[in-house]
Amino acid sequence: MNWISEWALPKIKTLFGAPREVPENLWHKCPACEQMIFHRDLERNLHVCTHCGHHMRVGARTRMDYTLDEGWQRIELPKAPQDPLRFRDQRRYVERLREAQAKAGQEDAVVVAHGSIEGNRVVAAAFEFSFLGGSMGAGVGEALVTAARLAVLQDAPLIVFTASGGARMQEGAISLMQMPRTVIATRMVKEAGLPFIVVLCDPTTGGVTASFAMLGDIQIAEPGAMIGFAGARVIEQTVREKLPEGFQRAEYLLEHGILDLVVKRGEMRATLARLIGLLRTPERVVAPPPAEPVAEPLPALPAPEGPAVPA
Amino acid sequence: MRHFLDFEKPIAELEGKIEELRRTSDAGGIDVAEEVARMRDKAQALLKTTYAKLSPWQKTLVARHPDRPKCLDYIRAHIEEWTPLAGDRAFADDAAVVGGLGRFRGRAVAVLGTEKGSDTESRVLHNFGMARPEGYRKARRIIELASRFGLPILSFVDTAGAFPGIEAEARGQAEAIARSIEACLEAPVPFVATIIGEGGSGGAIALAAADRILMLEHSVYSVISPEGCASILWRDAAQAATAAEALKLTAEDLRRLNLVDAVVPEPMGGAHRDPQASLAAVGDRVWDSLEPLLALDGATLRARRREKFLEMGRNSVV
Ligand SMILES: [Zn+2]
Repeated sequence: MNWISEWALPKIKTLFGAPREVPENLWHKCPACEQMIFHRDLERNLHVCTHCGHHMRVGARTRMDYTLDEGWQRIELPKAPQDPLRFRDQRRYVERLREAQAKAGQEDAVVVAHGSIEGNRVVAAAFEFSFLGGSMGAGVGEALVTAARLAVLQDAPLIVFTASGGARMQEGAISLMQMPRTVIATRMVKEAGLPFIVVLCDPTTGGVTASFAMLGDIQIAEPGAMIGFAGARVIEQTVREKLPEGFQRAEYLLEHGILDLVVKRGEMRATLARLIGLLRTPERVVAPPPAEPVAEPLPALPAPEGPAVPA
Repeated sequence: MRHFLDFEKPIAELEGKIEELRRTSDAGGIDVAEEVARMRDKAQALLKTTYAKLSPWQKTLVARHPDRPKCLDYIRAHIEEWTPLAGDRAFADDAAVVGGLGRFRGRAVAVLGTEKGSDTESRVLHNFGMARPEGYRKARRIIELASRFGLPILSFVDTAGAFPGIEAEARGQAEAIARSIEACLEAPVPFVATIIGEGGSGGAIALAAADRILMLEHSVYSVISPEGCASILWRDAAQAATAAEALKLTAEDLRRLNLVDAVVPEPMGGAHRDPQASLAAVGDRVWDSLEPLLALDGATLRARRREKFLEMGRNSVV
């Protein structure tokens, strides 16, 4: 891999015994500063570079672990049509999809969970960027609509962590229609008087930004996250200009009035908990309620029903 | 000057010959009426067979045809007392989005659309139909105005997509589109959208999340341009025709997927060959779509519109 693994790995092995994971995962190279970070340090630091503070991309379930209190539960999602267009480019889309499903252990690019943040009950949805670039097709749309319905049912705020290259081209106009569908999801949450909070993570572009992801009551982003509608290359080719420094980064959007806050991953839980408290608890409770598990079972969605579509 | 698309060349050649023949006959006083009629029949037959089996890529080219009737042509043809309204009240007026008030068959309506322009000057003025955030904010403002006064909304969509520019991003292109979609979905008034040429991605759906969605026969509606899709998935923009096929972007495809409600037939050889017929056909179909909606109250319209979009694509298979 490089000098550091050859030099340092044997020592670590003797210290901790044989690693259970493949050695490649022991050391991570920061994509920003290119320094090496030991995986335990990286995990302890929530996948934020210990050298330069770069926020690395994390998977949907890791995101839940980092944000929600222990014991969060993943929601089973309704089955969406698989490959409605029978799309084929150099490969069949259905093969790409099955491969992504097997690799990720989930049906599509969004994981939905219910749980709590510092004792505040929430419904959360998180994008898995490694699943076909977090692209939004019918499955993702269905996940967000389901998350919104669950939030309403459980009288809980909805928090969405985005990471998406935009629409899923292989689902054609069906992916385009997920824009209005997810906008409807945000309306359901807002009409129930519940906060809808968006946390834009690296990268979030295209049809995802141009729909639910820009409609949060509160718009948060992680530091350095790339956020935009059009791709940087397309813009460069169109306007034939060099893009400004930091263009489409979280800080640039903050400066241009598009975001409320840029929040470091380490402060995300506390920030979300405080915001939910401020939005939902008008009078400060003198003694904080004990963070006991809720006695009564939470209302659940009926078992998801798939559309009448051959898989 | 008339524009011919590449695949129309054989037709163009025939029509050129007819023209030539007539000119020589005019000059020499020879009667060629019979020959002209024969050639005209041949040209018509060729046109008919060509247009009966247009590929998705050819349809894309027809949808982008410079002589195809544009948004403002539909407005001029159908909207009386046309009163364009300008501006987003925050930054600028974006001429890529046309919006205003008028009467459609006597009834006061709000009209929205994306305008590509019809000559060099107007194309530049309208930024080739590619809107900036101000355009979508103007659209939202007009939708809200229509909502307040109970005016039905008609939209005519023809855009390659939202403008990809530095300032557009800085001023919140994504947010502007999202809010425009939201405004469409929230409007407690009847809303009929027509895709008249190119329905380009987010920039199109921003004005088309309506109760009834119509598509002209040779218009296209897609999440990405065939060229863009080809350069990403095939790593070769020259594969645009293959991508157009795969994307299922024709009116017929969209209808089959149940993503649009009706396809408006075009005159033979496309809307650009007989703009008047195309304008008339769209006017009739828009009215047919609008009329039953006029009896419904705002809450019902909004609830049904939501239901329509929530169900969209759930049972679609090609
Ligand atoms: Zn670093």
